[in-house]
Amino acid sequence: MKIAVCVKAVPDAASGRRIDPATNRLDRSGELTISDWDSYPVEEALKLKEAAGEGEVVVVSMGPERALDALRKALAMGADRAVLVTDPSLEGADLLGTAKALAGALEQESPDLVLFGQQSADGGGACLWAAVAERLHRPVVSQVSELSVEGGSISGKRQTEYGYDTIRAPLPAVVAVADSINTPRYPSLKGIMGAKKKPQETRSAGDVGGAEGPGTTVLALNPPPARGEAQKIDDDGTAAEKILEFLAEKRLV
Amino acid sequence: MTVRPSDFPPPWSPGDAIQAPTDPVDERIDVGFLIVGAGPAGLAAAIRLGQLAEDHPETAERLGDVPVAVLEKGKAPGSHLLSGAVVNPRGLQRLFAGRKRMDELPFYGAVEAESVLFLTKRKALRIPTPPTMVNDRNYIASLSQLGRFLADEAESGGATILPETSAEKLLVDSGRVLGVRTGDRGRGRDGEQLGNFEPGSDITARVTILAEGTQGHLTGAALEHFGLASDNPQVWALGVKEVWKVAKPLDRVIHTMGWPLRPGRKYREFGGSFIYPMGEDMVTVGLVVGLDYTDSELSVHDLLQELKTHPRIRKILEGGERVQWGAKTIPEGGFVALPKRFHAPGLLLSGDGVGLVNVPALKGIHYAIESGRLAAEAAWKTLERGASARTALASYDESLRESFIWRDLQEVRNMRQAFGRGFYVGGALAGAMTATKGKFPPGNARTERDAEQKLISTDRAKSYPEPDGKLTFDKLSSVFASGNRTRDDQPNHIRIQTKVPRELAELWAHMCPAQVYEVGETDGDGTVQVKLAPSNCVQCGAITAKGGRLTPPEGGSGPEYTVT
Amino acid sequence: MAKTLVFLEHHEGAIAKGSLGVLSKAATLGGEVAGVLIGSGVRGIADSAGAYGASTVWVAEDDRLAAPLPQPRVDVLASLVRDEGYDTVLFAQSVLAADVAAGLAARLDAGLNWGLVDLTADGIGKSPALSDTVYVDVGWTSAVKLAIFRSGAFDATSNGGTAEVKDAAVSLEDFSTRAEMVEQAHAEQQGPSIEDADVIVAGGRGLGEPEKFALAEELAQALGGAVAATRAVVDAGWYPYSAQVGQTGKTVSPKLYVALGISGAIQHKVGMQSSNVIVAINKDPNAPIFEFADLGVVGDLHAIVPKLTELVRARRS
Repeated sequence: MKIAVCVKAVPDAASGRRIDPATNRLDRSGELTISDWDSYPVEEALKLKEAAGEGEVVVVSMGPERALDALRKALAMGADRAVLVTDPSLEGADLLGTAKALAGALEQESPDLVLFGQQSADGGGACLWAAVAERLHRPVVSQVSELSVEGGSISGKRQTEYGYDTIRAPLPAVVAVADSINTPRYPSLKGIMGAKKKPQETRSAGDVGGAEGPGTTVLALNPPPARGEAQKIDDDGTAAEKILEFLAEKRLV
Repeated sequence: MTVRPSDFPPPWSPGDAIQAPTDPVDERIDVGFLIVGAGPAGLAAAIRLGQLAEDHPETAERLGDVPVAVLEKGKAPGSHLLSGAVVNPRGLQRLFAGRKRMDELPFYGAVEAESVLFLTKRKALRIPTPPTMVNDRNYIASLSQLGRFLADEAESGGATILPETSAEKLLVDSGRVLGVRTGDRGRGRDGEQLGNFEPGSDITARVTILAEGTQGHLTGAALEHFGLASDNPQVWALGVKEVWKVAKPLDRVIHTMGWPLRPGRKYREFGGSFIYPMGEDMVTVGLVVGLDYTDSELSVHDLLQELKTHPRIRKILEGGERVQWGAKTIPEGGFVALPKRFHAPGLLLSGDGVGLVNVPALKGIHYAIESGRLAAEAAWKTLERGASARTALASYDESLRESFIWRDLQEVRNMRQAFGRGFYVGGALAGAMTATKGKFPPGNARTERDAEQKLISTDRAKSYPEPDGKLTFDKLSSVFASGNRTRDDQPNHIRIQTKVPRELAELWAHMCPAQVYEVGETDGDGTVQVKLAPSNCVQCGAITAKGGRLTPPEGGSGPEYTVT
Repeated sequence: MAKTLVFLEHHEGAIAKGSLGVLSKAATLGGEVAGVLIGSGVRGIADSAGAYGASTVWVAEDDRLAAPLPQPRVDVLASLVRDEGYDTVLFAQSVLAADVAAGLAARLDAGLNWGLVDLTADGIGKSPALSDTVYVDVGWTSAVKLAIFRSGAFDATSNGGTAEVKDAAVSLEDFSTRAEMVEQAHAEQQGPSIEDADVIVAGGRGLGEPEKFALAEELAQALGGAVAATRAVVDAGWYPYSAQVGQTGKTVSPKLYVALGISGAIQHKVGMQSSNVIVAINKDPNAPIFEFADLGVVGDLHAIVPKLTELVRARRS
């Protein structure tokens, strides 16, 4: 079974996530690492491969060429190969451009299963997996906190606001996993040292079917609105009532 | 009752860090040369080995798939590096001779002007710069950034750097150092194995170079185990510093003495502060105090906050914003506390770990780099046909004694100890030593263990400023500013007795810049419980000097310095 | 003139409050506003959407649409957009809506902005970023504009209007029906997890002892929320690590965060600072938490909290 894991190289938290005033976008010039959220799908892919006793785990990403270093962490954990789609035309790509580039690379890889992590450490709340599944014309299941593969289908426990659904879909499929699904392994020293030797390929936008321009734009950055009048009171015996009044005013009770 | 920290030794002994390999032979990771610590000493060694491998490729083949491996316990090289720093370029020039220009090194510029100030609470009196502190032709740097640069160079030269990897045990068999065992990852608070438990590995190599920095974990164990330690115990100082974005550029390097440290002999408060420009828009300010101080309420972090309220210093920081904070100890024993020998079978010791620091000049980085370079050359000799490992490693000691490191340290050998007599007597003696280039007073002063100083209790804490969150800060928010986000549910890595007299608990609570120790409940017999928050720890090493022992926590823990 | 379509999510016979909020907002932006209900047996609730600002409500009825799965919904919405010429499609954040919106974006090559807390009449979205420390103005360059609004961004305001109910065509792609619902979720018996909770009551050292966490639990229950804890009390073993909020624990952004006996050290703050409303009770007037609480109460939480819990229970019944 071939499993592709889509990961994102993001600025290292230590180098400070900040917005570049020149472009109004996240400053990606510092050290890159794999988004913490992405270690969960990598771990899940490795577990599925180990359970099956065979298979290949490929990490696929889109980003600047330096992102290859970040992908090595997934290779150190045990992934077999890394594919990076990198192209100047893809800089600053939004959901559409990213989905098209990833889908293009995935089509060439033709995996049985595509895994995504649930959130991006820098963009927060992206739903890339659904856009990629749409382009690939494959079924998608998200928020999966338990995943099993048997007889050519996946079965996933999907976490929603109302509880857990159980959903089944035939392979090939796209699944986005929640961070409650597993505890990612630490890469072993042998894994870290061996990562450099594993195949790491880059593909240009042209290689994967051309770039798609963004459908969205960033117009301006503003400071957050003031939190509003903060109140501080001393309890004179009526604090509980005052708090209730405050909550009622804000329609929180 | 007079209390000394040394009366309550930690539940730890050097033997705890030494063992024979336990992994089956085919599971051990074998590398050519193993370096512990991606600091200036370790990386200089790695870079030099890379140069030698490039110049002698046939010899290099004998090193196998991984010719040079560097273990680093921090998240990345630089994460645990902290210093002032004004760097004497000599070490880097020798390391990169002909291969790099000075302007390719990540400095914040040369030192253009400097002042030494004697402070009182409100005034600043300029005094002539002591000759040992003259800094022209030196460069301002962030050691953390320099570390990242050197790490890139080392990797380009073929070294494999393994971050988030702690070296927990020194592997010794039949009197020979075979390598190190790395620490486990994925253990819970009680030592239990968590879902992603990953055991450490035995890494073996022809030669192991320890470059662990101040309070080196394995270095300390090795010095004891092989009987290499000096008869004069090592002593340390604690430095706490901050990096600020500032509105007005600072035009000079400043060192201060005096306030807020007290000159009286009974306090033993030896130290001073530094304020260095870092380019046009940043400044670093730090305070260094010897850990032989006696007042249980002394807190270097809070003294630094107090220092910043001095009108002269407040003015420099006005309109600015703190961007980073950190703390680290500095070995201050100097020449007299150097080990008797810097090698053992299979082992070489370098850098701050063995105390190669010139205290009066506040310099140690170029010595670390030079010692790393010399260690690499000695290690390489073991590859030469017909070489005797013993002779090759012994050549390291010879080269150290012939180097500028030795000459410099010898010249200033008694200066730090002179200040044990108080600031004014010490100052006078220091002046005499400088004038005579170390010939007067003759002989070698002795050092006393920091932990053996009897504690006194004044009300020092009363004058620490209330943190205002703009100029002055509390410890917890400072720990945050070090980038520390250590996993909480790890085993405790600090070794101390937890039932101790109140003064000792208070000593630790004030001493620790990261608020790891807290005075807990009284036990009724005059002792109290000490409560710990180990995940706050920024691994400065102060506890080891003052009666406890810092051991390395899980790899990747601790601060994530970038501009310290 | 804008022609806006609002995705109306529904659950157990009622339209989701969040969707109605987005619908109400859409109605204030001008142009034609329609809602769409997709499912099986949903025609009955279509009328109610008129009261919240829809002039038309499309109903897509089909057995194959019964399960709340995203891809068939993409098919229905895409057809509607193409056939009826909608240029804007709006969603209220939910697990389902996020998948539908992203799939629709890829289907139509339409720009999608998410996590919005507001939208202006001239098409500028307001998007908080980097833990709400900066607000980004975002726009669209595509012909069709898609947007997902943060949970609770808008209140549902009823104006008593009515809507025309129309049938939407249901033509599903082959791959859209491959995923099947084996068993659907039913409402949770216990309280929400802290990541999903709208209300969180968090306890810190000021509670005094582990048993006093009962105060936090009772208040949380009364408010319909979850209980969280600071690192200090988790370290001391008073509460499990899974409830820890902060830099080395979970990051939450509920509508209401009640901090009991919590000093507000930055390590805790970064885990909850983007909560909508923060109420803090602490007996130390200098506790840092008072610098960022919307309502700070200096007092004894042991006296205040039980009373508050009583009052909340009374009000809710």
